[in-house]
Amino acid sequence: MEMINLKIDNKNVQVEKGTTILNAAKSIGIKIPTLCYLHLHDFNITNKPAGCRICVVEVKGRRNLAPACATECVEGMEINTHNIRVVNARKTVLELILSDHPADCLICAKSGDCELQTLAQELGVREIPYQGEQSIYRKDTSPAIIRDVDKCIMCRRCEMMCNQVQSVGALSAVNRGFMSVVAPAFEMNLEDSVCTYCGQCVAVCPTGALTEVDNTNNVIRALADPTKTVVVQTAPAVRAALGEEFGFEAGSLVTGKMVSALRTLGFDKVFDTDFSADLTIMEEGTELLDRISRHLKGDKNVKLPILTSCCPGWVNFFEHQFPEMKEIPSTARSPQQMFGAIAKTYLAQKLGVERENLIVVSIMPCLAKKYECQREEFSTNGNPDVDFSISTRELARLIKQSNIDFNALPEEDFDSPMGESTGAGVIFGTTGGVIEAATRTAYEVFTGKKLENVEFHQLRGMEWIREAEVDFDGTTIKIGIAHGLGNARKLLEDIKKGKSHFHAIEIMACPGGCIGGGGQPLHHGNTEILKARQRAIYREDENKTIRKSHENPYIQQLYAEFLGKPMSEKAHHLLHTHYFDKKSNGEHHDK
Amino acid sequence: MANYKMHLLVCGGTGCRASQSDQLFENLKNTIAEKGLANDVQVITTGCFGFCEKGPIVKVMPDNTFYTQVAPQDASEIVNEHIIKGRKVNRLLYINPETEEHIADSKHMGFYRKQLRIALRNCGFIDPENINEYIARDGYAALAKCLSEMTPQQVIEEMKKSGLRGRGGGGFPTGMKWDITSQSKADQKYVVCNADEGDPGAFMDRSIMEGDPHSVIEAMAICGYCIGASKGLVYIRAEYPLAVERLKIAMEQARQMGLLGDNIFGTSFNFDIEIRYGAGAFVCGEETALIHSMEGLRGEPTMKPPFPSVSGYMQAPTNVNNVETFANVPVIINKGAEWFASIGTEKSKGTKVFALAGKINNVGLIEVPMGTTLREVIFEIGGGIKGGKKFKAVQTGGPSGGCLTEKHLDIAIDFDSLTAAGSMMGSGGMIVMDEDDCMVSMAKFYLDFTVEESCGKCAPCRVGNKRLNEKLEKICSGKGTREDIDLLRNLSHVIKDASLCGLGQTSPNPVLSTIDNFYDEYIAHVVDKRCPSGQCKALLQYHINPDNCVGCTACARNCPVNAITGERKQVHHIDQSTCIKCGACMEKCKFNAVFIK
Repeated sequence: MEMINLKIDNKNVQVEKGTTILNAAKSIGIKIPTLCYLHLHDFNITNKPAGCRICVVEVKGRRNLAPACATECVEGMEINTHNIRVVNARKTVLELILSDHPADCLICAKSGDCELQTLAQELGVREIPYQGEQSIYRKDTSPAIIRDVDKCIMCRRCEMMCNQVQSVGALSAVNRGFMSVVAPAFEMNLEDSVCTYCGQCVAVCPTGALTEVDNTNNVIRALADPTKTVVVQTAPAVRAALGEEFGFEAGSLVTGKMVSALRTLGFDKVFDTDFSADLTIMEEGTELLDRISRHLKGDKNVKLPILTSCCPGWVNFFEHQFPEMKEIPSTARSPQQMFGAIAKTYLAQKLGVERENLIVVSIMPCLAKKYECQREEFSTNGNPDVDFSISTRELARLIKQSNIDFNALPEEDFDSPMGESTGAGVIFGTTGGVIEAATRTAYEVFTGKKLENVEFHQLRGMEWIREAEVDFDGTTIKIGIAHGLGNARKLLEDIKKGKSHFHAIEIMACPGGCIGGGGQPLHHGNTEILKARQRAIYREDENKTIRKSHENPYIQQLYAEFLGKPMSEKAHHLLHTHYFDKKSNGEHHDK
Repeated sequence: MANYKMHLLVCGGTGCRASQSDQLFENLKNTIAEKGLANDVQVITTGCFGFCEKGPIVKVMPDNTFYTQVAPQDASEIVNEHIIKGRKVNRLLYINPETEEHIADSKHMGFYRKQLRIALRNCGFIDPENINEYIARDGYAALAKCLSEMTPQQVIEEMKKSGLRGRGGGGFPTGMKWDITSQSKADQKYVVCNADEGDPGAFMDRSIMEGDPHSVIEAMAICGYCIGASKGLVYIRAEYPLAVERLKIAMEQARQMGLLGDNIFGTSFNFDIEIRYGAGAFVCGEETALIHSMEGLRGEPTMKPPFPSVSGYMQAPTNVNNVETFANVPVIINKGAEWFASIGTEKSKGTKVFALAGKINNVGLIEVPMGTTLREVIFEIGGGIKGGKKFKAVQTGGPSGGCLTEKHLDIAIDFDSLTAAGSMMGSGGMIVMDEDDCMVSMAKFYLDFTVEESCGKCAPCRVGNKRLNEKLEKICSGKGTREDIDLLRNLSHVIKDASLCGLGQTSPNPVLSTIDNFYDEYIAHVVDKRCPSGQCKALLQYHINPDNCVGCTACARNCPVNAITGERKQVHHIDQSTCIKCGACMEKCKFNAVFIK
C-alpha cells in the first residue's frame, strides 16, 4: 500500500494513496464542512459532484481552491483549510446559496434537521449581502412526496440515489444555470414519472426541497371525531428508530413507549403491523411452498423464483420497469394492506363498528406506503382499507405537538387481537428479514419437522446482494436477497435472461430494508445508525417467546374464525392482489 | 480534364452566403457558360477569405484580383470586363481608406499584409467540397508521411518540438497531450475534435470546417495513429449546418479514397470519424462537459483528474483538440517542427486566428504570428476604429476574457502575455470598443452571456454570476453604491477561486478588468450617477437650455409623463424625478433647447 505524506494546517499527516483531502483532514481531527457530499460507508455509495464548493481548501501552488471532498492527496501537498482566502470563499459561496433560498426556516418542514441551516449557523452567516432574484418553481405534490424545489441547492444527492442506487431514473438535473434544478424529465409531475415513492431522495435531501406528504392533520381530525373508532398499526422498523427523534441512542427499542404514546394520543386500539407480517408469512409462505413443490414435481408452468411483495416501492418499481414480469412476484398484499383488510372486516365485526366509522392509521418507516394505501384495489366502495399512513418522522412530530414527554412515558403493550406478533413478524423491518421469517415457517410446513434453530445467519447482513442455500431436510432451497432497487434490477435482469437459479428472492427498495426507509429519522449519511437499528430488530426477535409466524395463536384464531386456511377463497379476496403494467399505460392506473 | 486558364473563387462562407454569394456563384457560372467559356474559366466556391467586412468576396486567379462587396448582378460585368476584355472592374476593388487608391491585389491590402495564414491556408483558396483540390495542396501527404515513414512516437516528438499549444483557449501543449493519451492503456481510445465554438462573435472553427474540412480529418487521423485510436468523433454545434454539410462531404470523399476506413495507405492503421451534434451550450466546449454531452448525459463538467486522456468518452482514453489546433497539424508534419517553431514567441509558437469584431473598420477573420501586437492587429489589419472615433478597449478571449486598454496596445499577443495582462487568449475572439462604449454595460453584456450559459452545477457560478449581473444592472440603472463595487470585487474573486470549471473560473474577468482599468467609470456611475459614455439610459438626464428655450410648450405637450413645466413664452423645466428619459421632448424641440447631460 502506497502511503502519501502531506501537511494540513501545518500538521503532518500520512494517508493511503487515493485518500481525499477531506478524509485526510478528518483523520487528524480537522472537520472541513461539506454540503453536497454524502458518503454512505456500508453501502459504498458516495455523492461528490464537487458542486457546492463549501469544502474548498487552499492547496499550495494551485491556482484556485480545491474541493476537499473530491481532490485526492498528493505527496508533499500543503493544505490550508481555514485561512482568510478559504474562509471568505466558503462563506461567500454559502451566502450565495442562501441568497437563492427561501428564508422561511421558521415554518419549513426541515427546520431543525436541515443541513443548510446547520451550516449557516456553523459558519456564522448573519447577513446575505448578495440579495437578488430568486429562482421560483411550482410546488409538486404527489401521493407521497412533496417537491418544493425553490429549496433545492443542486447537491444532486437525490439524483444520485434515484439513478445510481435505485436505478429508477425519475430525477435528474434539468434547465441551465440559475434555473437549474433537480426534477423529473420535462419537469413533469413526480406522480406522472417513473417514481416509486421509495423516498430515498427525501432521506438524503439536506434541505426542505424534498419532504414527505404530511398526513398528521388527517390523523388529528380523525382522533377528534367522536363518531370514529380509530385504530393504529405500527410497522416493525418504527420501534427501532423512533427513539432517535427523542434523543435516544440509535438502535434503542422504544416499543413500549411508542404504544403508550399512541394510546395517549387517543387511538382507540394500538395494534401491530407485525401481526399482519405473520399473516403475510402464512399467505406468502404457502404460495412459496406451493410453487416450489409444483416445481419440484416437474410442473413446467410454475414461475420461479417467487419474489416477495411486501415492499410498495419495489412493487411500483417492477410495475414501471418490468411489467412483463408482473406474474412472478407473490400475490400476497403487504402487511400494511393485510392489516387494513382484516381490520375493516374481521375487526370491525368484532368491535361492532361499521366499516365507514373505523379509521385505520398506519405508522410506517416508508413513504411509498402513503401511495399504497391510496391504491384503488385496496378499497371497498371507495373506503380505503388503510385510511392514512404516516411516517416515523410524522409520528414524532405528532407526539411533540401533543405535549407528550416521550422519555417519561411508561412502557405499555399492544392491544389484542391484532397486536400480538412473533419474532418472525418483527424482522420484516430489515433486509433479509422477510425471507428468514418465511423460511422459518416454510421449513416446518415442508419438512413436517420442528425447526430448532430459528436464526438463519446466512440470510442476514448489509451486503447489497446476498445468496444463501437452506437445507430443507435434503432439499436445497436457494434464496436471493437484494436491497436497493438497482440491485433488484440486477436480479431481475438475470431472471429475464434465464440465468437466475433462485427459488425465492426477497427485495426491499431501501438500503438496509425498512430500517433505512424514506420515512425514518434522517441518518445524515451515518450508516452506523442503520446498523444499530438492524441490531435492535434482531434483539426484539430474540426477546420474543414465539418466533415463527404460524405459531402466533391469534393468527391461528383468525384462520379458524374467519379466513379458513391460507390461500382460501376468502384469504385470496382479502389478502392477495394483482399488479399493473405502468410502463405501457404510461401513467397510473388508479389516478 | 479541362485545362482552365482562369479561376473565379467565390467565398462560400456563412457570412458571404448571407449576402447572396451563392446566387452570385450561380450567376457567374451561368454567364461563363453563356459566353462559351466553361472550358477555360472555372468558377468555384471556397471557404472564408476572412475579410467579412467587405464580403461577398470574389477572387480572380491567376492575376490575384480581389473584388469586394460583389452583388449577384455584378456577375456579368466581371465576366464581360475582366474575363473577356481583361479590364479590372474598378468599382469593385478595395479602396485604401488612407490613400483612397484602388487596390487590386489582396497582398497589398492592410488587412492581409501582416497576416500569415497557416490554419487558414486553404480557406478561400480551394473548393472545400473537392478532395482533389486539398490533395493538390499537399493534402493527406502528412498522413502518408506519418504512416509510412514515422512511428507514432516520432510524430508525437515532432508535435512536441513544434511547440503547438491548444487553440481552444487552454493553451495546453498538443504534443504532450497526445503523448499522455498514447501512454494510457486501453483497447479502445478516441480522438475528439472540439468544434463546439461558443464564444460570441468567434467563427474561426466554423470557417476552417467550411473552408478546409480535410485538414481536420487528416489531423484527426494522424492523432489517432499517434495515440492508438481507431475512432474519431467531431462534436459540432448543430447551428453550423454548412460546416456539417461540408464535413460530411469531405468524410465521404476521404472514405472513397481510402483515407478513412480500414488499412489506410495500405498499412494496418484503421481510422474513421463520426459526427456528434451539440445543442449549442457554451459550457460543452469544456472537454469533460463535451464528453458527457456526447455520452448522452447532461452537458456539465466534472472534476479533473481524471483527465480525458486517462478516462474520457465512455471511460476510454480520449484526446480532445480544437478545430484550429488540428488544422495546424498537417502543415507541421509537412514542413517540419522547426519551421513552425520559428514562428511566434518563445512560449507560443505559430500563428493564431482571431475574429475581429466591434467598432473596427475591418471586421473579419485574421491569422497572425504569435507576438504580433494588439496595435498592429487593431490599427493595421483592422484598419483602426470606425468613424475615426477614439479607441477605448479591446476584449480578448471571448466572454470570459478581460478588457485591455490603450496601455496594453503594445503587448505582443501570446498565451502568457494576455493572461499576465488580466485577459486571455481564449479561442481568439477580439471585440474592439470605442469612446461611446460604457465599460460597466460592457461587463454586464458579458455577464448576461455567462449567466445564460452557466450549466448550474456549482454554486459560485450558478448563483454568483447571477448576482454579479444584478449588481452591474444596479450600477447601470443608477442605484449602485461604492459598497457594490467592493462586493463585485470580492464576489468576482470568489467565483474565480471556487468554481468547478473554466467557465466560472474566468467569467468574472470582464468585471475585474473593467474595475481595474476603468475604475473612474464605475465611480462616475455610483457617485456622480453619470454614465460618461452616455450609454446607460437610466443615468441620462434631459435638460433645457434656457438660452435656446422660447417657451413654445411643444416639449411639455408631448411629454408622456408631464415632467415638463413652464408658462408660455417662459423657459421650461424638466423634473428629473418624473422624467422617464424617452427623448420625446428632444425630438419635438425645434430650437435645440433640449440637451442630454
